[in-house]
Amino acid sequence: MNSLQSVFAAYVIGWAVFFVFYVSVAVRSSSLRQEIERLKSSLNKGK
Amino acid sequence: MWKRALFAAVAVVLMVAAAYAGFFIAPDEKTMHVLQRIFYFHAATAWAGETAFGVCFLANLLYVWQRKEKWDWLGISAAEVGLACITVVLITGPIWAKPAWGIWWTWDARLTSTFVLWLLYISYLVLRTMIEEPDRRALLSALFGIFAFIDVPIVFGAIRWWRTQHPKPVIMGGPDSGLDPTMKKVFFFSVLALHVLVAFLIAERYRLEKLRAEFAVIRRELEVA
Repeated sequence: MNSLQSVFAAYVIGWAVFFVFYVSVAVRSSSLRQEIERLKSSLNKGK
Repeated sequence: MWKRALFAAVAVVLMVAAAYAGFFIAPDEKTMHVLQRIFYFHAATAWAGETAFGVCFLANLLYVWQRKEKWDWLGISAAEVGLACITVVLITGPIWAKPAWGIWWTWDARLTSTFVLWLLYISYLVLRTMIEEPDRRALLSALFGIFAFIDVPIVFGAIRWWRTQHPKPVIMGGPDSGLDPTMKKVFFFSVLALHVLVAFLIAERYRLEKLRAEFAVIRRELEVA
């Protein structure tokens, strides 16, 4: 691996880590929001 | 919603601009040449990660003092984002080290204290999964977070206090240190970009923690009904 490839690899891998972290937060939020909606509708049916 | 989109857009634009500046605006360094350009991403990410751990530390202190759940949410959010940053630092460091030093890793004071920092915040996250009761979990993890933060000044001081394989500091390193003015501008612009990204990620992670609290309240209501 030459120097330019090393610099490029460092930036790409670093960006990928942040992107994966963001996606994991977005996925967890989205499934939780769906679960909250499901629970809210069960709560309303029970009233 | 549009505020979050705008925040994300600003963070991405700044990150792209910082990468452009690191590749095309900063001058070549005289010994490492193009390889030194990793510095603008590696060191700026380390600074941003340490800021995230600083936010976690303050949130932990405020939780112990006030026992408000918002400080617990902020603590875990900042800890996860700081951990993502230190993961990037521990990956980009060896990518730089191999061509520069001929080795991927050495157990010198800076590298070891950074690895210990990573392990400490992994432990912080593991600890939270082991305690069911929310108030007890928040208190014990806040106390552990306060303890874990002790390593941050050690990481900062390692290259100032001890002889290390890692280079001496070029910022705040005393009279013999310094950077070319253009390099300095590019570095501080990268630091700004990484801090905006970290602030955005902490805000997003905090929203998730808020949703978890809402979920717990609704589930309790459902159990009572």
